[in-house]
Amino acid sequence: MMDEAEAIRALARDVKAGRTSRRRFVQTMVGLGLTAPMAAQMLTAAGVAAQPKPAVFAPTRRGGGGHLKTLWWQAPTLLNPHFATGTKDADAARIFYEPLAGFDPDGNLTPILAAEAPSVGAGTLAKDLTWVTWRLKKNVTWHDGKPFTADDVVFTYEFVADPATAAVTSGAYREISRIEKVDSHTVKLTFTKPQPFWSDAFCGNRGMIIPKHQFDAYRGARSREAPANLKPVGTGPFKCSDFKPGDIVKGEIHAAYHVANRPFFDTMEMKGGGDATSAARAVLQTGEYDYAWNMQVEDDILRRLEQGGKGRVNIWPTGNPEHIQCNFSDPWTEVEGERSHPKSTHPFLSDLAVRQALNLLVDRAAVQEQIYGRQGQTSANFLNAPSRYFSKNTRWEFNVDKANAVLDAAGWKRGADGVRAKDGKRLKMLYQSSINAPRQKNQQIVKQAAARAGIELELKSVVASVFFSSDAANPDTYAHFSADLQMYNTTMTAPDAQYFMNQFCSWEAASKANKYQGRNATRWRNEEYDRAYQAADSEVDPVKRAALFIKMNDLVIQHVVVIPVLWRNGVSASALKLAGMDLNGWDSTFWHLPYWYRA
Amino acid sequence: MASRAPTLAADLSLRGRPAARSLWSEAFRRFRRHRLAAFGAVVLVFMVAAVLVGPFVYRVPIDEIDFKAKLQGPSWAHPLGTDDLGQDLLARILYGGRISLAVGIAAMLIAVTIGVSVGAAAGHFGGTTDHTLMRLTDLFLSLPQLPLLLLIVYLFRDALKKVLGPEAGIFIMIVVVIGGLRWMPVARLVRAQFLSLREKEFVEAARSLGAPALRQVARHILPNALGPVIVAGTIDVAAAIIAESSLSFLGLGFPPDIPTWGRILFDAKDNLDFAPHWAVFPGTAIFLTVLSINYIGDGLRDALDPRKVLGQ
Repeated sequence: MMDEAEAIRALARDVKAGRTSRRRFVQTMVGLGLTAPMAAQMLTAAGVAAQPKPAVFAPTRRGGGGHLKTLWWQAPTLLNPHFATGTKDADAARIFYEPLAGFDPDGNLTPILAAEAPSVGAGTLAKDLTWVTWRLKKNVTWHDGKPFTADDVVFTYEFVADPATAAVTSGAYREISRIEKVDSHTVKLTFTKPQPFWSDAFCGNRGMIIPKHQFDAYRGARSREAPANLKPVGTGPFKCSDFKPGDIVKGEIHAAYHVANRPFFDTMEMKGGGDATSAARAVLQTGEYDYAWNMQVEDDILRRLEQGGKGRVNIWPTGNPEHIQCNFSDPWTEVEGERSHPKSTHPFLSDLAVRQALNLLVDRAAVQEQIYGRQGQTSANFLNAPSRYFSKNTRWEFNVDKANAVLDAAGWKRGADGVRAKDGKRLKMLYQSSINAPRQKNQQIVKQAAARAGIELELKSVVASVFFSSDAANPDTYAHFSADLQMYNTTMTAPDAQYFMNQFCSWEAASKANKYQGRNATRWRNEEYDRAYQAADSEVDPVKRAALFIKMNDLVIQHVVVIPVLWRNGVSASALKLAGMDLNGWDSTFWHLPYWYRA
Repeated sequence: MASRAPTLAADLSLRGRPAARSLWSEAFRRFRRHRLAAFGAVVLVFMVAAVLVGPFVYRVPIDEIDFKAKLQGPSWAHPLGTDDLGQDLLARILYGGRISLAVGIAAMLIAVTIGVSVGAAAGHFGGTTDHTLMRLTDLFLSLPQLPLLLLIVYLFRDALKKVLGPEAGIFIMIVVVIGGLRWMPVARLVRAQFLSLREKEFVEAARSLGAPALRQVARHILPNALGPVIVAGTIDVAAAIIAESSLSFLGLGFPPDIPTWGRILFDAKDNLDFAPHWAVFPGTAIFLTVLSINYIGDGLRDALDPRKVLGQ
């Protein structure tokens, strides 16, 4: 392993020095069983700048594309990117605001408001990853005509990092110890420690820059009162012409947009509301809309709608696992006035044999083939992407006989009603999920298999707006986990696993004390995992760091903390002629909006 | 006309006992003569018998998943076809019908009982009682129902489940919640009827003969006020079946794998254009139930209205 790692590093150095071509490196890595995005990331980490992809469509003037109609089946409620609760708000804000850089489908950094991506070679990134210098693009103007400068970047940091602002994006800025304006278009960030994912701050969905002159009077506690939260003034390709919270966002072309001859469309709208199936129909069947977001619809239905010939389904890989979580705390007894208190222990899910049996009872192949189709792949891993983090040490299988054998061996005996019990504890579990047709089918498939192994499942479905809400008073949210098992999909928002994997850290255990904001819903605690997580947090060597993430994934899988069901793909629907979206799992749907066009 | 003569004679004879035909047997006779009502009764009895006995005769499991047979139309193996998990629809409709019918009828009974009691008290006693009860009715009418439902469900669901088990607990909660929020129109109808009926001569006669309030209400006014109540009640059955499905849709009703009629319809809606049988059969079941109950209500109203003369 170490030899291999050293060889890869040597090869990366060759690319940097120009002795080997970038393509050659990627091909070699693919030959070693890795995939292209992983290789690209390794090069970036070794200080080789990514090559921007040339745009296929080269218009000679701005505008002229008419009206673009997009449909989100959840409606945005506010347009400040740093207060965005959920993808819908972040996506809506991305029409008007831009980060310094975005992420392309391979996870590569693509400069937007930055003049170039920082790199070790150009002297803009520290070798030990403790500081980064961003050079900003010149001649960028805000929608109200004021120039965009380093002051706006510094202000955005001050705005977001202020705890009184309570910005949802603050996590990306936590490790910044100092931010300096070097000149009017250069900003230097210094980190508290080596920062392997230094492009978390100011990049992608959490990195949108807001104008100082609009928000200066609304810092901290007053930030929610800023008029610009509803009337955004950004640098993006469209100016906000109308916004009805919970309904529709409209934009018109920003005539002074900083990319020549872009955008293509003159006006656009993002309509919110309805449900996924109706949205699919509006694009694929009736052609009323050009684009619809997040098609959580059974693949059979999408295929039938696609036959109409009006639109197509876009599919791209993401890092999102649909998974079943086991509750390690006791949801049925109140400890200190709280169900599922992290201090309590689950009466029977604390038994590894029970969790192993459950792991054998999920028919992932049937779920993938019969429900999700093109929308996902079976996987034994929780952490599936980027591919450098994909563990090859895990296996999954669906085997009812084996599950029965595991439970028999552990002393769980079938009672008269066919349900197993031990020491007066019956294997009857409440299995909850959000309301979503594919998930309810999945619940039924698991329930039937579990019954054959003497486990009785009671199903519960909670409306999605409640299940995923951050309401500390509502016991039905996933963070409260008032059930034995639950299933949902965790979104991996960045091409880096650090934030994604903190949902198994012991200090993240959700509880009343942290108002259920802790990300560890299973309440599983494991010192070995915590140590690996902390090591990865400041590991500068990308190869060693990948090994740590693989170890974390393997720990979660070996202990059956979660049962991965499906590695989901991103799915959306678009009109046949709409192109240039470059959709990917690492950034907003609208990250490439200036380049969208109708062929 | 000739056939009415003996009745009249019997009524006029002063042999100490009241007429041989009570109000109810007379009503039954009149009900049978209402063709649509009789038809409705037959259909309803058939439905009730089917859901009660059906699962014992037709022993296909409701949750047997078979992907090879998914979304099939009616066949010998699956008389009403299958859903998208290959589960047998006939078995699911028979099983779910028990719950849907029980919820509908029980919720209607609760709504009618509360509505009649409140309306009768308000209409008969008048004055302060009337004012208080009618303002209470207005209050209930102005309550936003869905948020209230959510609140009640959150407050009591777990407690009821603990005491009565998941299915019985949820059944009682749903029935009480739906019934408890649908009595107001009935109360208003009954009160309006009472206001006019209590001034009628036959009630005054009873009152002057010294009949106590309860007897006046139960024997003399209420039977005459039942017509509109029954119609409102039949409509409530349908509304309750549909309300149950919307609660299940919000995740507040029965667990998602219990195939109530509303639930099957909801699951089927996305597949309507290529697997219509999935929605058509439970839809037909709801339709027939509601229609037959409405006809029965219609027939009962005619039968119970003593002023209505049935044509030969």
